[in-house]
Amino acid sequence: MDNSTSKVLGFILVLTAVVALLLALLQNGLKPIHDKNEALYSKKATIAAVADHLDKDFATLQDADVTEIFNNQIKQMVYKADGTEVSKEELQNTYGVKDGLAENLDLNKENKKDISERLIPLYEFTKTDGNKYYIVYARGKGLWDEIWGNIALESDGSTIAGVSFDHKAETPGLGAEIKDNKSWVRQFIGKKLYTEDGMFKSVNVRKGGAKDPYYEVDAISGATITGDGITEMMADDLLAYEPFLKSLRK
Amino acid sequence: MADTAVVDKKQGIQFGKKERKLLTDPLNDNNPITVQVLGICSALAVTTGMKNAAVMAVAVVFVCLFANVFTSMLRNAIPKQVRMIVQLVIIATLVTVVELTLKAVAFESYKSLSVFIGLIITNCIVMGRLEAFAMGNRPYESALDGLGNGFGYGIILLIVAFFREFFGKGELFGAKILGASPEYMINTAESSWLGWYQGNNLMVLFPSAMFVIAVLIWAHRAWNPKLVDVS
Repeated sequence: MDNSTSKVLGFILVLTAVVALLLALLQNGLKPIHDKNEALYSKKATIAAVADHLDKDFATLQDADVTEIFNNQIKQMVYKADGTEVSKEELQNTYGVKDGLAENLDLNKENKKDISERLIPLYEFTKTDGNKYYIVYARGKGLWDEIWGNIALESDGSTIAGVSFDHKAETPGLGAEIKDNKSWVRQFIGKKLYTEDGMFKSVNVRKGGAKDPYYEVDAISGATITGDGITEMMADDLLAYEPFLKSLRK
Repeated sequence: MADTAVVDKKQGIQFGKKERKLLTDPLNDNNPITVQVLGICSALAVTTGMKNAAVMAVAVVFVCLFANVFTSMLRNAIPKQVRMIVQLVIIATLVTVVELTLKAVAFESYKSLSVFIGLIITNCIVMGRLEAFAMGNRPYESALDGLGNGFGYGIILLIVAFFREFFGKGELFGAKILGASPEYMINTAESSWLGWYQGNNLMVLFPSAMFVIAVLIWAHRAWNPKLVDVS
């Protein structure tokens, strides 16, 4: 076998070219399906916050159901932290958000901006009986990487009706319980963000067990930092919704 | 890994005793996990649930099979100096194909397996088979060897995941089996002889995979005396 440098180089070049072409074709061909899956996944996470108030059992929801709920029962809005609503046209033209819809916001990018410049998504969910729920969004840091969550509020803008958290790389059995352990997640239902006299207090994930019936939930043992991350992201990011939530209470 | 095993230079495609051994050896006598103790990292990481383990097993079978076949097809053309790099390129390509496909057809699994699909590239089982077998054998035999090793890895993954998911969460493939609430098939809160059982969270954590694999290795050796070193 001829093992000259030129032969080695030639072999590597041809191999790399073939492989690169193949993968590029595959990536491009599957891109539309990837985007569709990604969008459905985040829509489903949004709906998960109001899982108790859907017409169907959340566990049996099909992709088509998720789209239907989003089209019929959810109104998407985008706000700024000073309480002004950003119109669809402005979103499309100034910020380049596709279709001017909240679901197409790049939440990761928005979260890195200063809170005063951030575009924040707000979903208004109308239950079949006419009750309205507001789904707000928070994003922060867990132990290993990012964590984020959708928090559904009742029409008083303070009582939590449901939450769904997700994470990028928390440890299964410890930090990942914020997503997997449904009974832990259910603790948030009925907690309040605001005190009686309208001060923002948020919900605290407390080590050693919740003491306060409205503003604290039990922490997960072994997942202190993930729990603190949730406390922190809710306290920081939900504050941006304050002007809107205040307008609800009047 | 330096010496490359060569099965007889027979011509033609046949399925005899030797070929059967290529398929079944990695399942038992030469299992990549319990005998060679390779691929432990991913066996710890993805065995928290049967579903993840099954997807991972399928992915590794696919990568093992085709990496072996392609390497074997190219074995006479690959320059000796860069053979490892070429093998890596082949494996990396296949893993990327798996990742992209999974993202398109099973998005939830893709999300929960996250980085571990990508880490198949570093799985010593795949590279080990390329070096030790595919570089010196025809594509047909290499395919059998790849399949055998993929299955050998997958079966252990599923066994470990069974114990971890069942005793850790009382579930199998996400279906509730054992636990204290009416949703479970066996409701321990009302059962008199299983009333003491509570999901053991240790089984969900990584150390338990070490314990389970260690016990499996012990059980495997106790059952198959050929594996016991006489020294």
